[in-house]
Amino acid sequence: MDTNTATSFDITRIRQDFPILGTNMRGKPLVFLDSGASAQKPRQVIEAMTRSMETAYANVHRGAYHLSEVATEAHEAARGAVQRFLNAAEPEEIIFTGNATGAFNLVAHSFGRGMLKPGQCVLVSEMEHHANLVPWQMLRDAGLGIGLRFVRVTGSGELDLEDLSAKLADGKVGLVSVTHMSNVLGTVTPAAAIVRMAHEAGARVMLDGSQAAVHRMVDVQALDVDFYTFTGHKLYGPTGIGVLYGKRALLDAMPPFFGGGDMIETVTLEHSTFAAAPARFEAGTPAIIEAVGLHAAIDYVNTIGMPEIEAHERALVDHAMRALTQVEGLALLGAAQDRGGVFAFTLDGVHPHDLSTYLDRSGICVRAGRHCAEPLHMRFGLEGGSTRASFGLYTTREEIDFLASKLTDARRFFA
Amino acid sequence: MSAAAGFEELQDLYSKVLRDLARNPQHRGRLESPAASARGDNPMCGDRVEVFLNLEGDRITEVMFMGRGCEISQASAALLTELVRGKSPAEARALGEAMTRMARSGERDESTDELARLSVFSVVKKFPSRVKCATLAWHALDAALSGVKEISSE
Repeated sequence: MDTNTATSFDITRIRQDFPILGTNMRGKPLVFLDSGASAQKPRQVIEAMTRSMETAYANVHRGAYHLSEVATEAHEAARGAVQRFLNAAEPEEIIFTGNATGAFNLVAHSFGRGMLKPGQCVLVSEMEHHANLVPWQMLRDAGLGIGLRFVRVTGSGELDLEDLSAKLADGKVGLVSVTHMSNVLGTVTPAAAIVRMAHEAGARVMLDGSQAAVHRMVDVQALDVDFYTFTGHKLYGPTGIGVLYGKRALLDAMPPFFGGGDMIETVTLEHSTFAAAPARFEAGTPAIIEAVGLHAAIDYVNTIGMPEIEAHERALVDHAMRALTQVEGLALLGAAQDRGGVFAFTLDGVHPHDLSTYLDRSGICVRAGRHCAEPLHMRFGLEGGSTRASFGLYTTREEIDFLASKLTDARRFFA
Repeated sequence: MSAAAGFEELQDLYSKVLRDLARNPQHRGRLESPAASARGDNPMCGDRVEVFLNLEGDRITEVMFMGRGCEISQASAALLTELVRGKSPAEARALGEAMTRMARSGERDESTDELARLSVFSVVKKFPSRVKCATLAWHALDAALSGVKEISSE
């Protein structure tokens, strides 16, 4: 059967790039449907990182010797790759962090504490990952007079734009920080409209691209967004490296967060002056090998082509909608018009954790629980959480069909 | 491991004994004014078990639980309430420790009737991410006996 007639996408070849997809789980082929938590790695990424350690490794930005220069060049080449991936205006607008959580904490400290004024507030939505909630709660509770507001999510799992408009109306919002694609509902938010509305109300905007950047083309200049973040490990790259994009003028005005080596201009015992962005926000030895891995991951998705990946995933989403809604007793969370390959659901009579254990015994990896989005689950009255299947560029229709059939079996097993 | 083994393990885990405990708990509910109570939460999955108990002297005279969650966590809570009535706090904790030991080691200790009943959880060893489900109620009991109101087993 031709599984992907919708695109010229060669899924068989792509799957061969990912060594782990050829392995068995307890004697059964691995059906990895948890890419939204962390994606698998292609050989190209694995080999680039190994090669870096074997042939081009030294600390960066320090040594006046050839090997360090080579390593530094590779590190900055990775920055350039990210710049082009997001269509940022300059490489200096790309800051490497540990992950997306690191980016939120950086902005909460440097922009939040450094540039928001008492009386101003941060506006997040009800469907945020904890990474885009907890840092702002900590900022609110820091005694600086900075507030925190929440945009409602509609019953269909979309951002309530009327509520957004109402929450922006008094002009007190200094920063809107919302997801570009929900890690639970799959909802892709209308980023350009959000940015426009926020800017008209005098607020800056940060978008959480942890999911979106993996599934859609992102153009930070077209969006006119002020801050954007994504993480390497969800984009088929390594753990330990994330990205914060920030507009140059903003970054230059922001105080540093972490202090240490690499982020300074001059240091005396009493005082230091700080380097310009991005170095200002990259204290200490960075994730050198991981930056090389992220570069390889970006090259990998670019070689396949983001438009092709997007088309493949749209076809998968349509297929999954049909397959999953046919499973008796299954209720999907959210019904957004614009959604990506993330499906959270409940199965009548089967607890998510029991379901996950059941599916695991068929080689299927899904996530069970609240997916780091506890308030969203409360919003939908799901204290016990949900089960989530999330797709990667290597996911096939057969895997989705297999999941659907096993869901039906699970319901019988737990009846 | 053969393909069939995965399914056999599932049937071991979700045994009739365990499923009956989860679906027909004997002491589910609240005590009016308990001498001690505590709530256990697994924040990652949302499982919750609240244990209520009354004590007379050094004996647990009544014990009930309320909870929600997967079958493992609820079966464990149900069995707990059947086993610790009439026990001293030290004896009750010892049962919890024995259950945790079996869940982690996979070894069945059937030296007493009570331990034999708890040994249904030894199969959890094959499902490492579920050990915390099995131990949640016992953590809550321990907290109640220590006068702590809320605990998390993660």
